[in-house]
Amino acid sequence: MSTNYEDRPRGGYDNDDDQDRRGSMGGRGGGRRMHRRRVCRFCIDKVDLIDFKDYRLLLNYVPERGKILPRRISGNCATHQRMLAEAIKRARNIALLPYSTD
Amino acid sequence: MDNKRQYEVVFIVDPTIDDEVTKLTESFKQIIVDQGGVVTKAETMGKRQLAYEILHKKEGTFVLMEIEGSGREIAELERRMRVNDRILRYLTVRVDPDRQRAEKLRSRRAAKQAKRAEKGAHGRRGGGVEFAESNSE
Repeated sequence: MSTNYEDRPRGGYDNDDDQDRRGSMGGRGGGRRMHRRRVCRFCIDKVDLIDFKDYRLLLNYVPERGKILPRRISGNCATHQRMLAEAIKRARNIALLPYSTD
Repeated sequence: MDNKRQYEVVFIVDPTIDDEVTKLTESFKQIIVDQGGVVTKAETMGKRQLAYEILHKKEGTFVLMEIEGSGREIAELERRMRVNDRILRYLTVRVDPDRQRAEKLRSRRAAKQAKRAEKGAHGRRGGGVEFAESNSE
């Protein structure tokens, strides 16, 4: 999983036009690059409850900076993203996860 | 509606008094019982590195307790923990609403699956439409 999602240019979707045009002109443009199948891992695993003590799991959704990974990146469904965010915030409170790093 | 409430209490003890952790936990248990609560679980999660410094400490011993009660014993417990300077941090979470919700989701999923299985047994010739995977909640 890419952790440095913040390195991407802001408003990346606006640039997509550009890409498409290049693609139709016969270049090797690769088309829509940000297009990945979005699947909620928690739905697949049929998770009903996300435990804040399970910091190993939560760590997957906390990139280096310590922020919560947005669901446009992780592909989580709204329900599970809500549970996840709550769990991460609780874990931060009792020092299982950092509020911020560096 | 006078259901018992369930709580999870996690607290971090100063690791330099490692041998006193059990004693401390016992005294907290006693407080809960005195206030009319029930301790369903109490376990030490072990010493762990803290994600950030608390009172200039980089490590802490984590203890988890599960408590059932009215909420009054939680107030007393938290008051005690706040006063005790060996407790670096504590967090109380009421867990029964979330657990109930999880239970509901699980039973609903089970019902859905049963229904699908039934449908599959009867309506085979109808084409495979109902077998389309639906992973949505």
